[in-house]
Amino acid sequence: MSSGALSDQETETVSIRDAIRDGIREEMLADDRVFIMGQDEEDGGSFEVTAGLHDEFGFDRVRNTPISEAAQVGAGVGAAATGMRPLVNLSFSDFIGVCFDQVMNQAGKTRYMFGGASEVPLTVRAIEGAGLNAAAQHSGTVHSLVAHLPGIKAVAPGTPAAAKGLMKSAIRSDDPVVYFENKTIYERRGPVPTDEDFTVPIGEASVERAGEDVTVVATQRLLGEANAAARDLEDVSVEVIDPRSLYPLDTDTLAESLKKTGRLVVADESPLSYGLHAEIVTRVVEDAFWHLDAPVQRVGVPDTPIPFSPSQEDEVVPDADDVGRAIQRTI
Amino acid sequence: MPEIDIGSPDGRREALRTMLLVREFENRVRDRFADNEIPGFVHLSQGQEAVAAGACGALADDDYITSTHRAHGHSLAKGLEPDRLLAELYGKEAGYCGGRGGSMHVSDLERGMLGAQPIVGASVPLGTGAGITAQLEDADWCAVAFCGDGSVAAGQVHEGINLAATWELPVVYVIENNQYSEGMVFDEQHNVEDLADMAASYGIPGEIVDGQDVEAVHETVSAARERALAGEGPTLVEAKTYRYRGHFEGDEEPYRSQEEVEEWIAERDPIENYAEVLAERGELSIDELEAMRADVEATMDAAVQFARDADEPAPEDAYDDVFVDPAPDVERFRERMETDGGQDGGAGR
Ligand SMILES: Cc1ncc(C[n+]2csc(CCOP(=O)(O)OP(=O)(O)O)c2C)c(N)n1
Repeated sequence: MSSGALSDQETETVSIRDAIRDGIREEMLADDRVFIMGQDEEDGGSFEVTAGLHDEFGFDRVRNTPISEAAQVGAGVGAAATGMRPLVNLSFSDFIGVCFDQVMNQAGKTRYMFGGASEVPLTVRAIEGAGLNAAAQHSGTVHSLVAHLPGIKAVAPGTPAAAKGLMKSAIRSDDPVVYFENKTIYERRGPVPTDEDFTVPIGEASVERAGEDVTVVATQRLLGEANAAARDLEDVSVEVIDPRSLYPLDTDTLAESLKKTGRLVVADESPLSYGLHAEIVTRVVEDAFWHLDAPVQRVGVPDTPIPFSPSQEDEVVPDADDVGRAIQRTI
Repeated sequence: MPEIDIGSPDGRREALRTMLLVREFENRVRDRFADNEIPGFVHLSQGQEAVAAGACGALADDDYITSTHRAHGHSLAKGLEPDRLLAELYGKEAGYCGGRGGSMHVSDLERGMLGAQPIVGASVPLGTGAGITAQLEDADWCAVAFCGDGSVAAGQVHEGINLAATWELPVVYVIENNQYSEGMVFDEQHNVEDLADMAASYGIPGEIVDGQDVEAVHETVSAARERALAGEGPTLVEAKTYRYRGHFEGDEEPYRSQEEVEEWIAERDPIENYAEVLAERGELSIDELEAMRADVEATMDAAVQFARDADEPAPEDAYDDVFVDPAPDVERFRERMETDGGQDGGAGR
């Protein structure tokens, strides 16, 4: 288990956007096999996450692609299997639909089918989340689909430190990693270690807030909502955990927390059926069933695409109130 | 509004009015978006009005179109009403999709508008599918699938056109080559000069048309439509055009010079030039042009008022229409999430 406090390290306060970019930049400087492919990357990429990198590294290292997601991921697999370390930007995660074969069958299975003879050190960035009134095809949270696929690792940071540390680990990973960013928290600021060797290992959760009564496992934007809900609840001591890595999933940290609190809420912006919530609940129940004091609670999107109209989008997308109510239901 | 008889002076004036309406609609959208009245993202088609008016003007009510994220012009030219279209952009109940879709996902099956498709390339196989229906039903309508030059780099575009070519479906593919795809210039994403050349690889005709000339677009799409209805299969039409605004509203456009944009506006504007042509031919007086502009402005004043005054959709309606036969899971999750504290509050002890 790692602590979210970062207390013993020198840190600076940065946004998630800058943390991601810093992580990419440091890895590009450290290893010239790392290169970027994506739409509009030469102008800073989607949401300006990679702004400045094209000017610094030039066309060979930061290249614009046509609108060709299948080719981007497929070429990423080809380049990775032949010795490069590509970073592919899919921008809106909803677009994964047009290249799902390349994600599922190529990225995820190449090493396995080759009898272990190749590595696929590919990183794919996918931008998720509702809140910008971008409607159903630009607001989805699809990480459960990807975390489900054998052969792929999936991470989804909720803090700047996790954003930077996981980006560095993803690029350094010899396995394909899909790195999910929530588009509404790029401005979320927090402490990040200044040490250039700082990374967050893939597969380690972080206890962002210690508590005694209820464990809330919350991802991405909902991490902030969970912290807000925890602050508002005066009589309840809430432990908030960011799993950070969705696959592999740090079951130990989650189960340890449940053994202490006996109560569990899982908050994640993906649809509720057959997804991350279910996986987390099952893992914890497998390991700590006898410690459960109350039925577990899920907070997510009730199996609905995200509507355009702001009043309807607010309705379907969970917030701190939803997390607070879920906590109350466990006590 | 659809099906314009471009062979008659009335029809030609109608084509001009359609372009003026699209221009003014998007002026209002630009301003209302800048004032934060319209949520989400909007992509304007200013500069490309002749493609929308020419192509949709060649279609009958029963014909279908599929469109892209840049769909306001196609929608209006296909006959959608500006007030309900604008209400959709405002996310209001009275909008064509009840506020579910917004600018990027607007549709109206009654007018044959089979949907704006912001997934780049997806408009093409959808148009192919409408063509299958027409063929199976032996119908006397066809489908027009609009797509951008950038979309031609996407795999599903090739798959969609190839299928229609193989099966001789009644579809017209209209590539609006406005020379940019987001911030990428045409020749950075294609190694050919003319996208119409691709038609050869599918064994179908490929036509290049001046997308600033509404009559030329109308003629080309009419001929392609006739081929389609005669059972001769699809046509690929490349309309060379230009977009005046950024990719989306708020785009700072670092990828091109404002001089380039101004040159197109000054020299190649589809509306100003066509008004002049009609005037020179003696088919349009200054008074008529002024009246047309005034009429379009009044229409848009009313549309803005309509969209502003329209009701918000009920938040709880957001869960409707996921299925025809609703799955109980949605209700289950909703009820559980909305339950307050308490030992067995919906948690099913
Ligand atoms: C599959 C997919 N990839 C990327 C995008 C992001 N995107 C939206 S519009 C656009 C450019 C489309 O260019 P083009 O087809 O030329 O149409 P234009 O914008 O010029 O009308 C891109 C890349 C998307 N919406 N869908």
